[in-house]
Amino acid sequence: MQINIILAGVGGQGILTIAAVIDLAALNSGLTVRQAEVHGMSQRGGAVQSHLRISDREIYSDLIAEGTANLILSVEPLEALRYLPFLASNGKVVTSTDPFINMEGYPAMEAIQSELHRTNNPVLVNAAELAREAGNARTSNMVMLGAAAPFTAIAPEKLESAIEELFGKKGPDIVAMNIRAFRIGQELSQPQATAS
Amino acid sequence: MNKQLLLGAEAIALGALDGGISGVYAYPGTPSTEITEYIQKNSADREQPVRSAWSANEKTACEAALGMSYSGKRALVCMKHVGLNVAADAFINSAITGVNGGLVVAVADDPSMHSSQNEQDSRVYGKFAMVPVLEPASQQELYDATRDAFDLSESVGLPVLLRLTTRLAHSRAGVEGREVRPQNPLNAIYAPERFVLMPHNARRQYNKLLGVQEQLEKLSEHSWLNRLIPGAGKTGVLAFGIAFNYVMEVREAYGLDCPVLKVGHYPLPRKQIEALFNTCDTVLVAEEGYPVYEELLRGFFGGKNIRGRLDGTLPRAGELNTDNLANALGIAKKEGMAIPAIVVNRPPELCKGCGHRDLYEALNSVMSKQKEHHVFSDIGCYTLGALAPFSAIHTCVDMGASITMAKGAADAGLRPAVAVIGDSTFTHSGMTGLLDAINDRSPLTVIIADNDTTAMTGGQNSSANGSRLLAICRGLGVEEAHIKTIIPLKSHLAENIAVLTEEIEWEGVSVVIAERECIETAARKKRKPASNA
Repeated sequence: MQINIILAGVGGQGILTIAAVIDLAALNSGLTVRQAEVHGMSQRGGAVQSHLRISDREIYSDLIAEGTANLILSVEPLEALRYLPFLASNGKVVTSTDPFINMEGYPAMEAIQSELHRTNNPVLVNAAELAREAGNARTSNMVMLGAAAPFTAIAPEKLESAIEELFGKKGPDIVAMNIRAFRIGQELSQPQATAS
Repeated sequence: MNKQLLLGAEAIALGALDGGISGVYAYPGTPSTEITEYIQKNSADREQPVRSAWSANEKTACEAALGMSYSGKRALVCMKHVGLNVAADAFINSAITGVNGGLVVAVADDPSMHSSQNEQDSRVYGKFAMVPVLEPASQQELYDATRDAFDLSESVGLPVLLRLTTRLAHSRAGVEGREVRPQNPLNAIYAPERFVLMPHNARRQYNKLLGVQEQLEKLSEHSWLNRLIPGAGKTGVLAFGIAFNYVMEVREAYGLDCPVLKVGHYPLPRKQIEALFNTCDTVLVAEEGYPVYEELLRGFFGGKNIRGRLDGTLPRAGELNTDNLANALGIAKKEGMAIPAIVVNRPPELCKGCGHRDLYEALNSVMSKQKEHHVFSDIGCYTLGALAPFSAIHTCVDMGASITMAKGAADAGLRPAVAVIGDSTFTHSGMTGLLDAINDRSPLTVIIADNDTTAMTGGQNSSANGSRLLAICRGLGVEEAHIKTIIPLKSHLAENIAVLTEEIEWEGVSVVIAERECIETAARKKRKPASNA
């Protein structure tokens, strides 16, 4: 078993929190993890990405080769497109549809949607709205993780315990809210996960 | 022991803590910062204290570490690759004096220049200083090699250079720690014949360094960081550092049978390399960084059976990855989808609400009224002022170069000569340049963008800010009447324009300190841990 995940977003959006949950869940499932992230200049509102690799064997490379990512999990729709060369032919795109516009020439949402639909049955998530439903707009990353969960090859219970472990220090209310957000995301992609 | 998920940088930190260091000395720089940060956050509960505050620059760091080593204790120095240029004098000469307690210099290179102005390869410095260089290939290897590096340093009496690159520094993997080794006792040595580098001592010490090279090569031959992955193919791979990972990734994915010699301990293990060349028709040399050893192995006339970065088999610049190694080994790339044409770049930018924005707004307004509007700047968050919408600065070369380049331009007759430098960069390497300008009466205006932190690397403490910067400028000899403080806020725009105009038009050395806390560090201080979802 080997799963390659590209996490994408804009510096400051918190993709590393998503990575931390998956890392911990994978490690607690007895799997090997390598996860390369971007620090430094790009974190100031630039395009950021993280290569996350999970396997039951040794992993050599920290980076994912082109055409071999099983999943692109993006918290911003345009950023999902930036990493398409990495997507495997049967790979999945799970992305938030909330645009983050901090530069000139941001394309029209319809154009982004149509490019996204050229991938294999993408999961498009109105993350901010669903996060508010869960109780706080700041849980949108956990909504995204929930939506991507079926494609990570990690049991959802393991992901939930990792959320508990990571957010535990912040108190039971914060944990409950993030779990709620995770489950809302999961429900959203469940039909597609069983279909594919 | 349980595996912990650590960044490569953190694996070095844990290895150093468990290996018995008494101190770490460093100046922040991507991708090396997290080594020291990990030690700062994780040494409080250790039995023996470990000092870990930030140094003013890499040179002061390296020298302090040498002093700790002189006193018998183990010390770690950390920096990014360009930091070693700053520390080079101390580093090269510490190889001449040799060490007492173990001294490890961890340098993180940044091939592909993710957050740097060049992609220089620190292994060149290791070779130049003639010290052992370790270049581990995984996070676990980093932990183990860091521990071993201190033993090696003490056994050969030399500093050891530990080289890593961005990908390893900023990638996480499970790392298993070992037992904690106690710190060395205080044991300062009287050895002026080694440490007083007057010519008569220096010549003897240099000969000693030359004499030990054969022993260093023998140690490489038996190092666990150098090993052969046997294979029957006629094309072999000589894989240095993390190039090994990409080669193995390709080898496993495509079932190749090429022999691979992994090298992570220098000087080169001569016999192992000879054996590889003797059994193969062609050898691909894969190095993460400059083709340092490819060039050496080819020799002046060029080895016919060598492939690598110099003949285009691998790209000459930039990071290696699985794709370019696959290509070099003759495997056709898996074609993914193309990046859609609508995808535009998203460059980094100054944070919304950042004081640097208000400073540049004022400065642009002032400079637009000048005949010449060159602004010399420096390295930090404020470098982002080079990009739209500000396009306010016109140089960024090396730490401190804003002031000295503005001085040289002023000497050439350029008016006005304006420098923009951050508080941390000013104390790193700006102060001495300002002294030059004062001594030479070079008319220039230095704007110190004082946000009370080293912001670009994540908000580390600066060596001086606020009133101490004022005192430093006064002490260096800037006239009291021409040291001004402004607050870069929208509401102060008119006032700030007036102050800047006045100082820029004055024919002398002036300093304007633009003082406003970084909004990131301010927010971090305010944030209660429980409210952050």
